[in-house]
Amino acid sequence: MIAILAFYLFATLTIASAVAVIFARNPVHSVLWLIMAFFNAAGLMLILGAEFIAMLLVIVYVGAVAVLFLFIVMMLDIDFAALRSGFTKNLPFGLIVAFVLLAEIVVAVSAWKAGPVTGGAQPAATTQPNIEAVGELLYTRYLFPFEIAGLILLVAMIGAIVLTHRKRGDVRGQKVWKQVDRRPDEAIRLERPKVGEGVKL
Amino acid sequence: MIGLAHYLTVSAILFTLGVLGIFLNRKNIILMLMAIELILLSVNINLVAFSAYLGDLTGQVFAMFVLTVAAAEAAIGLAILVIFFRRRGSIAVDDVNRMRG
Repeated sequence: MIAILAFYLFATLTIASAVAVIFARNPVHSVLWLIMAFFNAAGLMLILGAEFIAMLLVIVYVGAVAVLFLFIVMMLDIDFAALRSGFTKNLPFGLIVAFVLLAEIVVAVSAWKAGPVTGGAQPAATTQPNIEAVGELLYTRYLFPFEIAGLILLVAMIGAIVLTHRKRGDVRGQKVWKQVDRRPDEAIRLERPKVGEGVKL
Repeated sequence: MIGLAHYLTVSAILFTLGVLGIFLNRKNIILMLMAIELILLSVNINLVAFSAYLGDLTGQVFAMFVLTVAAAEAAIGLAILVIFFRRRGSIAVDDVNRMRG
């Protein structure tokens, strides 16, 4: 009973947040709704017993991706009202495409349910925690794809840094080699000024 | 009892909402990226639901790979957005005409 209730709660909130992401006037609100949708999707996955993916969703999506979106939205000074000008013009066409797509998916799912697919298989009775099972699979059978995923993340990180890095002319950066090259004999000057004259700098 | 079809329905609705978001916010590329994230989320729900109901953990492993690609895509997309904004002072999709495409 509680599982059914939780499913409907999470599913409703996920879909409602997704609607709010699309229709929110302010992009900052959109990002916040997106975070809400991710949290509720994580809840859905928790009900399914996929604890690892649920936690990953919270950590990666909410902790990294959504916050990145939030930073970008708040950093760029954009006139969002002008960007929304085509909204009502695109609404009918967008709704038609969305309904056609949804109908297609519904047809596909019902066809799949009617077909001779081995859908009734009960989930294997696991004594192992989900995270251990996933880890075992990840580090044995899917080791190579796992490494490739790490490589993709590395390339994305380097790419993002290279893309956004720029030389600015108006800042005075630290010149490390100059600091390292300094020797005591050129850095320190001993003076013996006469009384009342002071040091010439 | 909650069956696989329930999860597939949620995922289908999420996917459709993502596509609708891309169509509605044709000018705002940030919202388009967010809609793509919604689509990838629906894919993830699909993968995890099938993995749970078929008793095969491979789906969860691949959900992780989808997550990886989504994170990389967001990072690169937003980096491109930032340099585009620096050059043109706008992120409207209509202004993207440098290459006359």
